[in-house]
Amino acid sequence: MSNEHPQINNTIPKSPYPLTREDFISDQMVKWCPGCGDHAILSAVSKVFPEIGYKKENYVLVSGIGCSSRFPYYVNTYGFHGIHGRAMAIASGVKIANPSLSVWIITGDGDSMAIGGNHFIHLIRRNIDVNLLLFNNQIYGLTKGQYSPTSPLGAITKTSPYGTIEHPFTPGELVLGAQGTFFARGIDAQPKMLTEIMFEAARHDGTSVVEVLQNCVIFNDGAYDHLASREYRDERTIYLEQGKPMLFGANKDKGLRWNGSGLEVIKLGENGWGINDVLVHDATNPDPGLHLSLAKMNWPELPVAFGVIRSVKAPTYDDLMEEQIQRIKAQSPIKCMDDLLNSGDTWEIE
Amino acid sequence: MEEKKTKHGQPEHVVIRFSGDSGDGMQLTGNLFSDTAAYTGHDLSTFPDFPAEIRAPQNTVAGVSGFQLHFGGTKIYNSGDLCDVLVAMNPAALKTNLKWAKKGATIIVDVDNFEPKALEKAGYSSNPLEDGSLAAYRIVKAPMRMLARETVKDLGLDTKSADRTKNMFALGMLLYMFDKPLEHTYSYLDIKFSKKPIVAEANKKVLKAGYDYADTIEVLQSKIHIPQAKLPKGKYRNITGNIATAWGLMAASEKSGRPLFLGSYPITPATEILMELARHRSLGVKTFQAEDEIAGITSSIGAAFTGSLAVTTTSGPGLSLKVEAMGLAVMTELPLVVVDVQRAGPSTGMPTKSEQSDLNLALFGRNGEAPMLIIAAASPADCFYAAFETAKLSMEHMTPAILLTDGYIGFGSEVFRIPRMADLPEIKPPLAEPNSEYKPYRRDPETLVRKWALPGTDGLRHRIGGLEKTDIYGEVSTDPLNHEKMVKLRAEKVQRIAKVLPLQEVFGETEDELLVVSWGGTFGAVRNAVEECRKEGLKVSHSHFRYINPLPLNTRDVLSKFKKVLVCELNNGQFVHYLRMNFPEIPYLQYNKIQGLPFTVSELCEKIKEVIK
Repeated sequence: MSNEHPQINNTIPKSPYPLTREDFISDQMVKWCPGCGDHAILSAVSKVFPEIGYKKENYVLVSGIGCSSRFPYYVNTYGFHGIHGRAMAIASGVKIANPSLSVWIITGDGDSMAIGGNHFIHLIRRNIDVNLLLFNNQIYGLTKGQYSPTSPLGAITKTSPYGTIEHPFTPGELVLGAQGTFFARGIDAQPKMLTEIMFEAARHDGTSVVEVLQNCVIFNDGAYDHLASREYRDERTIYLEQGKPMLFGANKDKGLRWNGSGLEVIKLGENGWGINDVLVHDATNPDPGLHLSLAKMNWPELPVAFGVIRSVKAPTYDDLMEEQIQRIKAQSPIKCMDDLLNSGDTWEIE
Repeated sequence: MEEKKTKHGQPEHVVIRFSGDSGDGMQLTGNLFSDTAAYTGHDLSTFPDFPAEIRAPQNTVAGVSGFQLHFGGTKIYNSGDLCDVLVAMNPAALKTNLKWAKKGATIIVDVDNFEPKALEKAGYSSNPLEDGSLAAYRIVKAPMRMLARETVKDLGLDTKSADRTKNMFALGMLLYMFDKPLEHTYSYLDIKFSKKPIVAEANKKVLKAGYDYADTIEVLQSKIHIPQAKLPKGKYRNITGNIATAWGLMAASEKSGRPLFLGSYPITPATEILMELARHRSLGVKTFQAEDEIAGITSSIGAAFTGSLAVTTTSGPGLSLKVEAMGLAVMTELPLVVVDVQRAGPSTGMPTKSEQSDLNLALFGRNGEAPMLIIAAASPADCFYAAFETAKLSMEHMTPAILLTDGYIGFGSEVFRIPRMADLPEIKPPLAEPNSEYKPYRRDPETLVRKWALPGTDGLRHRIGGLEKTDIYGEVSTDPLNHEKMVKLRAEKVQRIAKVLPLQEVFGETEDELLVVSWGGTFGAVRNAVEECRKEGLKVSHSHFRYINPLPLNTRDVLSKFKKVLVCELNNGQFVHYLRMNFPEIPYLQYNKIQGLPFTVSELCEKIKEVIK
């Protein structure tokens, strides 16, 4: 499996021997509800970690609060279960303090979009080299069914018995608005795709945000059925692949076209449309314009985009920090505390 | 000038207060005089007193910036009560600062600024220089602005730039009066304006002009010679509390081998620590200016998890925001230093004014039972040692800690005897060995300290977090008896730090009429006052608390040997409340001041005399 993936080049130590998913199974009982989408994500993570190939001691999982945030207890790595909304800030400290760690933030739509919204955008703005898995189930699960910042307008929940009157966030829009360098979307119902996306997230230097559309079986069951079920999947979603035309549909006969002011769906062979009219996906384009349009696509107007929507190179905070330290160390006459204490204006008393 | 004189009739120590508009450069003037005083062998203590506004409207009372300096030939404990010399660059400065001048003090004014408009802005209905209201003082009316302009007229500066040099005129006058050399200021100006030689030249000329002017007008009958202080042999420098705090943390990092990480958000009066640490990438210091106070502390907790000496710096309102995260550090039993440079509260309060405001928050401000180590620095130079010690104990005992300083000692400066790193105590964090059958909450039986297992280390993978965990194994647990046990273990672990703390000391007799108790940044004023009273024969002793939680083991013994215990603090009684809770049988009296100002020695002496009667 691992030779299907391209190489990962960074300074995180690699495992001297091949690892398997068993290396990452913790001894804790998984306490999510049966049927919860989190199980599939957990399975994808324990599958992709050996494929990424870092030393098992160099993975650190950091979470906030919520159902998703119990995740670190279920993976045998170093793990830190934080407080509500703060996983992004805790993980920033972990990575900056020790850049040789592969840091994975596990968060939900409440944790990262509401109480941790500030940390979310600033993490992305700084482009700290961490991976963030955003479990988006459009509901507060652990507190038993209140609406979240991603619940659709009008959603009936325990705190919106007459429907929400709030406009929801689209996580991808926030990521791009905060100058994100990597944004991908997957869904719990398609674990193979998730694994691929997670590998790409690990390969990207910088903040990699992976939104996972995840079903809450108790409080928001079926929120993504219209996308997830095999019956509709091919017609209502599109899997974007680097360098490939944006085609979808069971027969790959539908494509996305830029009509001058926005995206539209065309059917190949109809009205003279051919493959040359279909956009080719380029996640590496520094201009976020088309990426934003792709991230915002929603059914029924347009198919919902899966895959790596954006992946562009930019210096990471942690690299810049290390470079700055090396540069200043080389320049400064102050090499230790005794130097500093005795620097500048001092005088002797005999 | 002072009551106490040397045998030559000269004062042993003196207090100078510089005051002017916030754009007048009074902080710089004060600092330059302090540096020269320090070089020439005096002990000293300083206190800047400035408004929260960067540049309030010119010539208004709101815009007055002050800097007080106390220097002399004896041990100088604090920045002094009332000044012997007051420099007032405009009417508003005079108006605001006259209350800090001794009767008979020398007041030097820039008479050029005492124009009708400025007088009116300051709220004077008549000119105090002419209406006789200052008859109790010696007034020196120096035409500083005019003479500064005259001095630099050939250098081609515009009027605004020329006027900006007038603080050097005042400094020159002061240096003459105390027979101090100009060289230090010259070299400072050369470096500061190395890219603008004309400006350096202008300032130097005006400095010399002020010096000569004071000579010409015979501002004093003779120059004042303050004796040199008998400081122990060694190398010295002048240091402010905030810089000393930063350096103490860096020293602890070097000594422990743990890299220093600071997550912080700018807030008055703590920002200087962040700014100072940001300068020292050459020593590997990582500073992270976070998006808010909460990210400041939580990023530090993340860094602590990876094995850094993790620090967050803040002041009152910021400490409030960090409360939940401090609980997380208690629960995960990670080392973390929270530096709180206290200011007057509640809420935004008075940001630039000092107060011992946050003791209650430090002691009790977390949900659940969440005791932390608390240490309070006593003076600007002590901030170095207090920061070092807080970091040492936090790491060695695997507990988050709060270091309390305050705006007064944070901004204030003091002569600091430079330590040698080799002479500082060792710091040995309890790092877990690789592949060592690690259990997150297995403890040392003596200290109850758990091991620090750093991510990246072979064989130590584990998970910790804010949820209650089982003893030893660290698994998520809501078991009732386990929770009770863990709450008690965490508390006992902090209490046992007392076994390695020095015993509480008493200055004076250990058994007597009155014990004056203080803590934190009021040390200087209180010690000074107790010394004065003892010289007058009063049966009074002083005990100053630096270790707040846990308290030193002999605290009860110390307190119980006195007929009366007077607890002095710059708040409404937070420490006395804590003592009362712990040692209810002691007959406490309290003296509280909540004005955003430090104690004066005279008001403390007065209180001591009233109590001892």
